[in-house]
Order: sequence, then structure tokens, then C-alpha cells
Amino acid sequence: MSTETTDVPERVETPEVKDAVERIKAAGGQRIPGPGAFVGTVRRMANLTWTLGFLEFRLKFFGAVLGYLWQLVRPAMFFGVYYVLFTEIVPVSRDVKYFAPLLLFGIMMYQFFGDATGGAVRAVPAAEGLVRKIHFPRIVIPVSVVLTALLNLAVNLVAVLVFIALSQVPLRWSWLEFFPVLAMLTVFVLGLSLLLSALFVRFRDIAPIWEVVSLALFYGTPILYPIDTIDSRGLQQVVMCNPLAVMQQQMRHSIFDPSADSAVQAIGGWTMMLIPLGMTVGTFVLGLWVYSRIAPHVAEEL
Amino acid sequence: MVDGVRKAFRRPHHQTHTLKERALHPLRRIGHDEFLAVDDVSFSVEEGEFFGIVGRNGSGKSTLLKMLAGIYGHDAGDIWLRGRLSTFIELGVGFNPDLGARDNVMLNAIMLGLTPSMARSRYDAVIDFAELREFEEVKLKNYSSGMHVRLAFSVMIQVDADVLLIDEVLAVGDAAFQQKCFDQFNRLRDEGRTMILVTHDMGAVKRFCDRAMLMERGRTIELGEPERVGAHYLDVNFSGDRAASVAQIGAGADDLSRQGDGRARIERMWVEDDQGEPRMLIQRGDTVVVRFEISFAEDMAEPSVGLVVEDDHHRPVFAGNSIWVARPVGNFKAGDLVEATVSFENVLASGRYTVTPYVASRGSADLEFADRRKDFGSFVSAGPNDTGAITVLDHDVVVRTVGTDSSPNLRTGATS
Repeated sequence: MSTETTDVPERVETPEVKDAVERIKAAGGQRIPGPGAFVGTVRRMANLTWTLGFLEFRLKFFGAVLGYLWQLVRPAMFFGVYYVLFTEIVPVSRDVKYFAPLLLFGIMMYQFFGDATGGAVRAVPAAEGLVRKIHFPRIVIPVSVVLTALLNLAVNLVAVLVFIALSQVPLRWSWLEFFPVLAMLTVFVLGLSLLLSALFVRFRDIAPIWEVVSLALFYGTPILYPIDTIDSRGLQQVVMCNPLAVMQQQMRHSIFDPSADSAVQAIGGWTMMLIPLGMTVGTFVLGLWVYSRIAPHVAEEL
Repeated sequence: MVDGVRKAFRRPHHQTHTLKERALHPLRRIGHDEFLAVDDVSFSVEEGEFFGIVGRNGSGKSTLLKMLAGIYGHDAGDIWLRGRLSTFIELGVGFNPDLGARDNVMLNAIMLGLTPSMARSRYDAVIDFAELREFEEVKLKNYSSGMHVRLAFSVMIQVDADVLLIDEVLAVGDAAFQQKCFDQFNRLRDEGRTMILVTHDMGAVKRFCDRAMLMERGRTIELGEPERVGAHYLDVNFSGDRAASVAQIGAGADDLSRQGDGRARIERMWVEDDQGEPRMLIQRGDTVVVRFEISFAEDMAEPSVGLVVEDDHHRPVFAGNSIWVARPVGNFKAGDLVEATVSFENVLASGRYTVTPYVASRGSADLEFADRRKDFGSFVSAGPNDTGAITVLDHDVVVRTVGTDSSPNLRTGATS
């Protein structure tokens, strides 16, 4: 027994090493890049996102007896409180056409926003078991949270549709405008989710901060009150910069009341409309960038 | 194939985990130590090879495996791989406790790289191998830890990976499950899969691995034959004790394990090989040489000098004494310093042995100890082919035919 082998000589790129690498390459081998936000094929990422997102959704939905009902109870109770508050006690929304289904729609859209971003904040630590043990594209984690929120939204919108039908809102082609606006909102939410879940790994107080910010966003969105309740035109325009407000205002126009201002009118023309669109794209790009910067290290930092 | 891989963890002096702290101390630099968990490790594993990585806790072997698995990034070097990986790291893959076995199996199989349809078709094989058919619908949070591991292990081996990375699978599970793991290892080897096994279990390494690597403080210190690596591993494992026992001897304090009237004192003891080289580890078949120094405080005529060797269960396995070898040792005066040497052949099973040396005078009935130092030092025996018995002796077994049992009547006592 001897221990003189303890000293490992300095690494040099020997011909044997090169030769071995060449052989592995020739046999279709790859260099192991280490963890990252986007490793593997798009197909695998899509499979993973769907599996994770759908399992989580099913867990919520069928996890408890009366799962679907429970999911509706919370927004329904908020709806009841807000409806009485803003039509009877502070009657700012009394004259809004179809306020009841509009309010419910707004609450459901906000719920989507809150589910996705709120869930994304703690998503990476919640998936610790996977992150520390399996090599997979890390971007799947926040994206699957947004997917779960979207599936929840789809279910919630069924209830809204029932309510719309009961209120006898006339059917129009313009209802289809919902989909492009939803696409825009989803991109915004995705960007925020990526950003928040990445930042949370480094800064744990992101969670309480985000709770407050998202509450402010709820009251800053014309859901409980019509946009023209705000006296100052300038403030109206500021409020409309929020992509959530764009969704709410546009749907009020296209689904419930064509005489109400569309989002473009409320913000003051297409040029101004570039602000929320720019914010959406900007948030998405920023979120992607920050997330892909942090992704290689998450396993070590948890 | 791994070449010159290095991994440093930054250990911050204190963690800045909140924006508040950042905001309050924007100018404070966050100091950190560099901790080299894996330092310039290179090796290559051929296709179909069974490769073991052993080392003490904290030697960097699990970090290395995580880098191979692509869970940690590496700071320097290159890792190349052909084929698909499957990993079994730190007691199983991440299961969702609120989901049942089916969903968790699907999730993990897809995570490990199967398509959803492949995962579905493998599900039955996985659940049968794990013997969890009757618990299929039970949520994972109600599983025992053994069931968890069984499920995780069966997912891992069913995903048809070309390269399997396994960390400490043998540390858990009952004997039956371990046997099942071993059977699977054999099967995978026969199928020509490549396997990298991280473990403390030298037995498994010797049994399965074609080659092994020993890591210590992030470096490779031995790479090659499992037998040699195993012996070196024992050496590394017990070398910390050597430093400790030297310190203990140097202190020279009276301790409870010391017995005797003080006419003589045993001051120093060490173990060497037959080349005179101080050793902690003695290969089986070699000679163990125990030397100790005795200083006499009073005159002693023909003292009896000897020692007792005990195994880790405190069973005496060997005792030697100057009386028994019938060699006169001489007469000593107060102030004499002598060195005693006891040598014997190492036939002991692998493991650690303590040595209790003594100096005594022959009393009327029994030995009267001048100094007896219980478990004063120790050495480690290592060698191949442990039999499970206390000693491994050269032996011979001969089986030969002495006749042909042609008639069934023979057994009943009939003579031919």
C-alpha cells in the first residue's frame, strides 16, 4: 500500500483524451452541458410541462371531494361581497351594463393572474425533489405553473359563461376578441412567473412583496369600478397600461357593452397601446433572461 | 468519459437571502470561501463497464455523480457521454406525496426521458417489479420509506437507459430488496449497460465493478482494480484514527484503561510491516510487527512481555507472550528503556483490531501487571476473499470420487 498517487498531475489535453472524445462524438455522444433552462428537445419540454401542469391541475380539481365546487366558492364569495359593496354601499358600478357577469369575469381573470404568479414565486423550491435529482429543462417548472392556472381558468370560464347566459348578454362575433387578448395576458403572466420564480431563489422576501404588489394590481384594475370613475384622464391612462386592465376593459367592450370604451380608446389611441404591449414583451424577455441566468445554479442554491 | 472536471462551491460567509438585506447593506461585499468539492477528476468509462466510485463522506463522489447527471454544472473540464442517462440519486427521485403510484411513475419516467406513451407501456413492469400492485392507488405520502425506494429503483431500471448512475441504493431496503438490486445489476451488466455506482459498500464494489475509483477531498487517489481500491479505501478510512491514536499516546496521561502497579511503563507503541515501515493497514498474509517501548521504574527480573489482539467485538483473536515463546527476556534495572517487538502473521478477517500490550511479572497464581494498556493501539487488516469467519487460513479442499454408487441398495447398508 502506498499513498504517493495522491498528487494528480496538472491537466493537459493528452492525445488519448482527444481520441476518446472523438470516439464518443463519432458514436453520437454529446457533451454534458450541465443544468439549464432549456436542455433537451422542445418536444421533451412540452411533454414535461404538460405532465407537470396537468397533474397539478388534476390534484386541485379531483384532490378533494367537491373539488370543482370548492374552486368556485372562493371567487363566488368575493363576487357576492364586491357586488353588494360596489352597487349598494359605494354605488360606483350601479350603472355598468351587465355588471354582475362582468365582475365575475374580472375576478376570474384576476384569479388566473394570481394563481400563476403567486404559484410561480415558490415553484422552484416546491419542485426541489425533482430539481436536485433529475436533469431536465428547468424552465418547465414555472411554465407548468402557468399551464395549471390556464386550465383552472378554462374551468372557471365555464361558470362565467353560464352566468353570462343567465344574464342574457346578447351573443356577438366580437366575443372572439377574448382569445388574442388572453394570449397577450398569458405572455405577460409567463414573463412575470419566470422572473418571480428566478428571483425567489436568491431573495426569499420576494414572496410577501409580491403578495402586496398583486393586491395593488387588483385594485388598480378597473374590475370593481368602471374606468371612467377615475377623474383624471392621465390617471386613467396610467391604469390602462396594466395588461390586466387591457383585458378587462376590452372584454367589457367586446362581450358585455359595445357602447363602453375599448381598451385602445380608454388608453388614448394605438400609440399609447404600445405601452402595455411593450410591457408584455419586455417582461417576457426579461423573465426569460433572468430565469436562464439562474437556472444552471438552482440545484445548488436551494 | 470525464476529463479534468472541477467543481467549486462558493460558501458565503453569511447568506444574503432577502432584498431587504441587499437594500440595507448595498455596499457590503459578500465574502465567500471557495470550496473545491471536486478537484480535477478525470476518468473514462467504457461501454458496458461497471464502474464504482468510493470515498468517505464529503469526498466529492456524490457531487461528481450529480455533475455527470447534469444536475450541477461544472466549473472546469469536460464531460462527454453517449447514450441516455438514468439516475438514482439520494434515495430516489422526487415523488409528489399527494399523487398515487401511477402518476408518480409516469411523471418520473417522463422526467427521465421517456415519451408519455412509452411511460404508459412501462407502467405495469415498474409496479410489478416494485411489488406495489396492491398499493397502486395509495398516495405516496402514505408509503413507507422502503416502498418509496423500491418504486424509485424500479422506475430507474425500467427506462431503458444506456448509462445508469446510482448513488447509495444499497444503503436502504431490506435484504430481499438488496438481493433484487444485485440480481438487476447482474442482468444489466449482461445486457451490456454501463453503470456507475457510488457507494460505501466495498463488498458490492468488489462483487460487481470492473473498475473502481477512490476519491478523497475531491481528488482521485486510486483508480483501477476494485480489490486494490478497496484496500486503499480502508486505509484512508482508518488513517484519521492513526493520528488520533498517536496523539493519545503522546499525551501519556493515566487513563482508566491502564492497569498495573507502575514498576514499568509502556510509553509508545506502533505497528509496522515486515519492512520496518509504520503502517495502519496490514495486508492479509503479511507480517504484523507490533513494537512498544517500556521504561522501568524498578528493577524487574525476567518480566513477562506480551500483548492481546481483539477484534471490534472485543473478542480476543490472538495473544502472544514472552513466556509462551519460551525466550528469556533478561533482567532490567530501574531507568532502563527497552523496546519489545511482537510479530505474527496476519490471518485475520478484514477489519480493525486493537492491541493491548502489557509488562508483568510472574506471580504466584497469575500475572502481576506492572503496566497493561488496554486497546493502546490498533491496526487494520485487509485482503481479498473474506469468508465471514474471524480468520482466513490457507486451506485445502479435495473432493475425489472413491467409488461409483451403482446399486441403490448401497445406501441401505448392503456391501458390494
